Amino acid sequence: MSALEVDVGGRAGELAIDVALRASETPLVVVGPNGAGKTSLLMMILGASTPRRGRITLGGATLFDAEQHVDVPLERRGLGFLPQRYALFPHLDALQNVAYGIVAPSRDERRARAMDALRELDVSSLAARRPAALSAGEAQRVALARTLARRPRALLLDEPLAALDVSVRRDVRRFLAGGLRAWRLPTVVVTHDRDDAAAFDGDVLVLEHGKVVQQGRLAELERRPETDFVRQLTSGRHDLPPGAP
Amino acid sequence: MRAPVSQAPASPDSGAALASWLWPAGLAVLSGGLLLLVALPLAGLFFTASPRQLLAGLANPLVGPAVRVTLFTTTASLALVVACGTPLAWAIARRRTRAWRVLETALELPVVLPPAVAGVALLLAFGRRGLFGPTLAAAGIGLPFTRAAVILAESFVAAPFYLQAAVAAFRRLDPDLVLVARTLGASWSRVFFTVAIPLSRAGLAGGAAMSWARALGEFGATLMFAGNMEGRTQTLPLAIYAALESDLRTAQSLSIVLVAVAFALLVGVRAGARP
Repeated sequence: MSALEVDVGGRAGELAIDVALRASETPLVVVGPNGAGKTSLLMMILGASTPRRGRITLGGATLFDAEQHVDVPLERRGLGFLPQRYALFPHLDALQNVAYGIVAPSRDERRARAMDALRELDVSSLAARRPAALSAGEAQRVALARTLARRPRALLLDEPLAALDVSVRRDVRRFLAGGLRAWRLPTVVVTHDRDDAAAFDGDVLVLEHGKVVQQGRLAELERRPETDFVRQLTSGRHDLPPGAP
Repeated sequence: MRAPVSQAPASPDSGAALASWLWPAGLAVLSGGLLLLVALPLAGLFFTASPRQLLAGLANPLVGPAVRVTLFTTTASLALVVACGTPLAWAIARRRTRAWRVLETALELPVVLPPAVAGVALLLAFGRRGLFGPTLAAAGIGLPFTRAAVILAESFVAAPFYLQAAVAAFRRLDPDLVLVARTLGASWSRVFFTVAIPLSRAGLAGGAAMSWARALGEFGATLMFAGNMEGRTQTLPLAIYAALESDLRTAQSLSIVLVAVAFALLVGVRAGARP
């Protein structure tokens, strides 16, 4: 399986970002407090913002190299991106959403392939629905179908479970973790939830103030937390306000 | 426990009572004054002639050509403003650098510019002795006092209304939609046509309507840059001005027509803006 390798530095507003990471066999889970630069890091990998220095390679192919002046435009990086609220096109139905990214010789073939993609995620019955008529869980599946239908070479997921009600979060989390194992793509998942990190079963990379402060298996982080944030995250109390009992 | 109203002491509260009475009264007088200022001229427009007189006014030979010139020039300027303004608004909406903000402000200038100044500026740019006059003349083009000059004048004053609305509409677009469209392989032009425009069409249509209404009412810049030639550059507002000297009823009828059109546009824009 190929790997996504990133070693970049640059600015995002006031924040200086300097991160090296590698995602391959198992999803790389990126955690960190608000404003740590998680989304900014995703933007650099995607190609939506340009790092000052560094390299990004995917399966050996260079996507970005500051020294060599390589900067593959974002629409040709072959990365699948799932933003926090899934960003389905509200004026298109589910099938049209999925078909949007498919390149095929004919309109019929595009629609057929879009239908296949919906079927693979068990949401073909929703093909004619507009996003406004989908639940958050359904919207996530349609958005994943849209991403996967393009056969991306890596996946970037930004807080994929944050938009969901607690009542469905566990089921969707299990579904997504299973999917990530099945699709076998280098994946970076941004989350702020310990249970997500546990379910995706990969290395956890902790980002604070734009820098990597700790990286390892979740159990390892739990045994030897190196910052207050890691301690709070692994004890499951990261989302309590400071000073709460 | 509350004291019965009748037993409440009168004197310490009377100042407050007076103030509480004065404020709404003052408010009513002041806002009523403004209301009358807007309503009375409209009443004068509608209630000083019989429908028969107004219809007779519309039979004036000035009217037909002026309607034709107006429809042609405002449609052409709307097409020009939308065709050039939509991509420009998209570019402005996506950029945050100081240079683009300066450009955005500069493009709003015609809104606050006196129309007479716009007329002088257009003459000094495209007039025979203007900045580009000789160049245009060498190419065999003379702009001033032509129908093209009317279109230019209307576009100059109307463009900012469309631009502002279009920039605001594009800024309301969820940036994730644009980003996702790009990761799905869409070029900038495909994102523009298949995501940005369809999702902003209510805002764009509202801006187009306001811009068209502004072009419809254009008077000063047109008069100075394009003149007031019947059948060629005389638009409805200029025809009203011309008719005022000879036939007040014609001026009045045309004014009522323009008020009706403007009102219909406003109602339409309001309805379109509602989600």
